[in-house]
Amino acid sequence: MNLDAKIPAGPIEKKWDSHKFNLKLVNPNNRRKYDILIVGSGLAGASAAASLGELGYNVKVFTLHDSPRRAHSIAAQGGINAAKNYPNDGDSVWRLFHDTVKGGDYRAREANVYRLAQISNQIIDHCVALGVPFAREYGGLLSNRSFGGAQLSRTFYARGQTGQQLLLGAYSAMMRQVAAGTVQVLNRREMVDVVVKNGKARGIVARNLVTGDLESHAGHAVLLCTGGYANVFYLSTNAATCNVSAAWAAYKRGAGFANPCFTQIHPTCIPRSGDHQSKLTLMSESLRNDGRVWVPKTKGDKRPANQIPEEERDYFLERRYPAFGNLVPRDIASRAAKMVVDEGKGVGPTGQSVYLDFRDSIKRKGLNKIKGEYGNLFDMYYQITDEDGYKSPMRIYPAPHYTMGGLWVDYNLMTTIPGLFALGEANFSDHGANRLGASALMQGLADGFFIAPSTVAGYLGATRFEAACAGDPEFGAAARQVQDRINRILSIKGKKTPSELHRQLGNVMWNECGMARNEAALKKALKKIPEIRGEFWSDVMVPGADKDFNQTLEKAMKVADFLEFAELFVRDALERKESCGGHFREESCTAEGEAKRDDANFSHAGVWAYAGEDKEAALHKEPLAFEHIRMAERSYK
Amino acid sequence: MSDKNNFSVTIRVWRQDGAEEPGRMTAYKVRDVSPDMSFLEMLDLLNEDLIKKGDKPITVESDCREGICGCCGLVVNGDVHGPDDHSTVCQLHMRRFGDGDVITVEPWRIKSFPILKDLVVDRSAFERIMAAGGYISVNTGAAVDANAIAVNKDDAEEAMDSAACIGCGACVAACPNGAAMLFTGAKLSQLALLPQGGPERERRALTMLAAMDREGFGNCSNEYECEAVCPKEVKVSNIARLNREFLLANFFGKAEPDLAPAHLKSTPDIPEDE
Repeated sequence: MNLDAKIPAGPIEKKWDSHKFNLKLVNPNNRRKYDILIVGSGLAGASAAASLGELGYNVKVFTLHDSPRRAHSIAAQGGINAAKNYPNDGDSVWRLFHDTVKGGDYRAREANVYRLAQISNQIIDHCVALGVPFAREYGGLLSNRSFGGAQLSRTFYARGQTGQQLLLGAYSAMMRQVAAGTVQVLNRREMVDVVVKNGKARGIVARNLVTGDLESHAGHAVLLCTGGYANVFYLSTNAATCNVSAAWAAYKRGAGFANPCFTQIHPTCIPRSGDHQSKLTLMSESLRNDGRVWVPKTKGDKRPANQIPEEERDYFLERRYPAFGNLVPRDIASRAAKMVVDEGKGVGPTGQSVYLDFRDSIKRKGLNKIKGEYGNLFDMYYQITDEDGYKSPMRIYPAPHYTMGGLWVDYNLMTTIPGLFALGEANFSDHGANRLGASALMQGLADGFFIAPSTVAGYLGATRFEAACAGDPEFGAAARQVQDRINRILSIKGKKTPSELHRQLGNVMWNECGMARNEAALKKALKKIPEIRGEFWSDVMVPGADKDFNQTLEKAMKVADFLEFAELFVRDALERKESCGGHFREESCTAEGEAKRDDANFSHAGVWAYAGEDKEAALHKEPLAFEHIRMAERSYK
Repeated sequence: MSDKNNFSVTIRVWRQDGAEEPGRMTAYKVRDVSPDMSFLEMLDLLNEDLIKKGDKPITVESDCREGICGCCGLVVNGDVHGPDDHSTVCQLHMRRFGDGDVITVEPWRIKSFPILKDLVVDRSAFERIMAAGGYISVNTGAAVDANAIAVNKDDAEEAMDSAACIGCGACVAACPNGAAMLFTGAKLSQLALLPQGGPERERRALTMLAAMDREGFGNCSNEYECEAVCPKEVKVSNIARLNREFLLANFFGKAEPDLAPAHLKSTPDIPEDE
């Protein structure tokens, strides 16, 4: 597997500009002759479609929803980072670059992260121009707030609905191109395979979710903007249809899969209430700006929170990390919560939660100010738990939220398959082993609006294409393979529902490969996952037909892929014997229980190559060099 | 997991095999419902049961399950998005119901949103309204510095109130005329309130209303049902602004006259909702 990252030469500040100059261009009159297939319509997909459409390419966008606006980017709450330094608190491109590399625990590629920080400012400019109603001050200029992992305010936001507003901005820009005739949106379509011809990605096979038909689409480049795979844990903050299937299909066609075990467990989620639960709900990390996290000092203290006096409370984040306090990065806050819960100090009916208390900030700022800033989050909390967060502290517990791992891409965002690109959460490139809050929106839009339009053109301009059309045998073969898998699933007629098997898998993943991992547990998971997979292929029940709107079949196909992917995830976790970012190996920690990296042996991206069904995937490594930022123990004390 | 607080309900639900098939109400008993379950989790429970029996589960759309994606939309006991105010049906919890309750569940019933299967409707008419002008025409890379344009904070807040629309279609489903004026008015308002949206303001009002008309949505007759059911509390003042934008565009606009939808000229104005 060739893992040449194609990082441009020259000083880091100049790399992106000089690279754009060196990339081939496509003549404006020739652009409409190129067909670009974009899978997924979230921030990355919609913004890429808008930009490429504006340039004049012929773009098709595939979404499994009824509308592109439903993509899960819509649910992001807190904000988007940029190095504008409007608050005059010392921010710069260099500092955002530094914070992101450090926040990722030195497991991201420097050149990519620097470019992300550079582009961050253009994103804000463009989104304002698109009519995104960001929060403003009375003077009419933009407002900022702070987020975890940063000691300054660089986060732009639109109430608690920043993801929604940014996605609607990108979506509207894309719809303008639909009107202009450059972009065609194919809704209720799920990509089921990537078609590779003459060594290049030349199209996809998509399933029409209403009719069940398998449709072939040919093109010159395929962009996967298909999000992350946190639903491998069954319970996560992701939407129900988020999946690994598109990335997994690409992997099986030869795309390298990087760092699959790098998962972000988000600290501020509403705790689970029972086995019926279908998802976990996240509350924005911005709550940690004003909420204080604590547990009772005494184990098993069952008094209501308001009756526990100040001196009997342990504000464990403020105690352990005085410099950052409640605003430590997500991985650190999550692990600290797990630690106190494991000590038996957890609160609530299950003991699996900690308090997030606004008492002091309500006293300091007034109830109305807190309501103004977080009102929708308090409402959401009330709707789900029937508890009033203004009167007594909220209860929170960490939950799987985001996946830093993903398809390996080079500096051009191209996977190891020529012509197949991966954007946004679907790739692995910018967040290392832990993503900072408000950086996912930034990356999705950087990739889609600004990076892919240049690098995809560079690929098209430099490539000689053989003829390819949807009638080619490669498309027929891919569709037949998918059809066989569907037929096999439908013919089993067993006793277990796809959701039940998914939940079984999720339990194994959470218990053996969740917030803390060790060799014995991981080996146990490697034994259990194939058992559940065996159960799926012998006992799953999917009623109904294939050529129909069949949601159980859709779910079963996703679960089948998760059951294969989970094994790679765990193998990656086993292979990486160090702790870094969201990946915490109990064997590798400091005396104080903090994560301990092993830079001598693991300063690389672990990239897995598919070797065929029932064969062990091969591990390749892309070494990471840190020339601009000194690697140090990540301290937030 | 059974619990002493758990209870049983009967669900009367619309079943329809496909767009061209006839539909009917079918009743199912759902047992062991926890008050902490969301309404959709209760339907999951029923569907799991149906799958195990080899029956076809109820086709129902939902995704984020936290009230923001706009996928879900059901009429529960005659209420659009269920009995709770200003929330989506995925945010409804079973603690609102009791043992033995009979709950009627139907899809949106609107000519412009044809039923695809069971509880799922086709809302792509909204996409065509958006494509007709729900944007500001600025190419990537052409923007000035974000702070180059100051925006009055109150205007920005009001634009955000309108922009909060999740495109679920509840406003249309609740309207006796099947009008999409709250949806369209919200987008028009958001872009009219911001200086960035100024240059295309008149053109946008004409083209979006023309698209709304083409899709067969009805007219507003001041029922205020849309505002009452909107999960994001989008106000009918957005419809008043839509009407003003439309009139201004007709009187003073430079856009081509064929963009003006004829019948909308008779739409009554709505007093500003303060």
